Amino acid sequence: MNDTIDITVNGQHRAVSPGVTLLELLASLALDPRAVVVEHNRTIVRRPALGDVRIAPGDAVELVHFVGGG
Amino acid sequence: MNPMATAVDTLRDTPFTIGGRTFHSRLMVGTGKYRDNDTMVRAIDASGAEIVTVAVRRVDLDRTRETGVLYHLDPKRYFLLANTAGCATAEDAVRYARLAREAGFNEFVKLEVIGDQETLLPDVQGLLEAAKILVKDGFRVLAYTNEDLVTALRLEDAGCTAVMPLASPIGSGLGLLNPYSVRTIKRRLHVPVVVDAGVGTASDACLTMEQGVDGILMNTALAAAQDPVAMAHAMRLAVDAGRTAHLAGRMPRREVAVPSSPLEGMLD
Repeated sequence: MNDTIDITVNGQHRAVSPGVTLLELLASLALDPRAVVVEHNRTIVRRPALGDVRIAPGDAVELVHFVGGG
Repeated sequence: MNPMATAVDTLRDTPFTIGGRTFHSRLMVGTGKYRDNDTMVRAIDASGAEIVTVAVRRVDLDRTRETGVLYHLDPKRYFLLANTAGCATAEDAVRYARLAREAGFNEFVKLEVIGDQETLLPDVQGLLEAAKILVKDGFRVLAYTNEDLVTALRLEDAGCTAVMPLASPIGSGLGLLNPYSVRTIKRRLHVPVVVDAGVGTASDACLTMEQGVDGILMNTALAAAQDPVAMAHAMRLAVDAGRTAHLAGRMPRREVAVPSSPLEGMLD
């Protein structure tokens, strides 16, 4: 049995523990959930639900925020 | 003091209202391309702008540098207007707009759907498609478009909160290329018309405001100036000057001279 699963975060391949939640993923990346917006397989996951959504193999997660722009 | 008062107390301007929100400054500024964050913060302060635009991008997971603009701008002080810059399809623009709204500041979005990478001119078909979806979804859409009247009318019909024709291509600094078209759009639309993109220096901003448009949005003109803070100050004055001149009503243009001094009393 594998002890990690492969997912994609912001276009980069990552290995995470099976059953990890989005909130735990943010914590492992040292990201404040209040400072990012999370998209999981093209669906936006609101902050209160981040701890409820578990990541499965092959999932695509996008973590975005505001940057300078015109 | 009445904040809507112009420099001359005989002139009273109408408030600048977009989507039910009223602002004092008719100058909106972007936050991109500054050489450093301190310069950006000081330039925005000098511009007097209340509405500032931001873009939605991936967080840098390696955090080699802090790219989040909110570390430098107080969202309580400024009205953050997220854009969909870089999006080439209606679908992408809708996706970015929804991500931006989730950041939780407001339901306004500056909608861009780019149709050509060299000129960054808008894809009006994709723009209209995205505008309709976003309006239905409860967004206040400020649509970046070209200076085409028919597209502007269709964007208004689609329920856009404001229409934003360009002065010239994004980042070009070519100034107001088509004053007639911008003036016509302003005359024909009921929603606010804010010229977005292409202004290069203060005279461009002044000339643009003289057409009677409701406001201007600019980024590169400040960020790429040799002294962005000084240019921001100049733009603030230029927008005020152009607006006031518009309200004052310019003299008619004549093809012949008309003397300013009396013809009588001349010596023999």
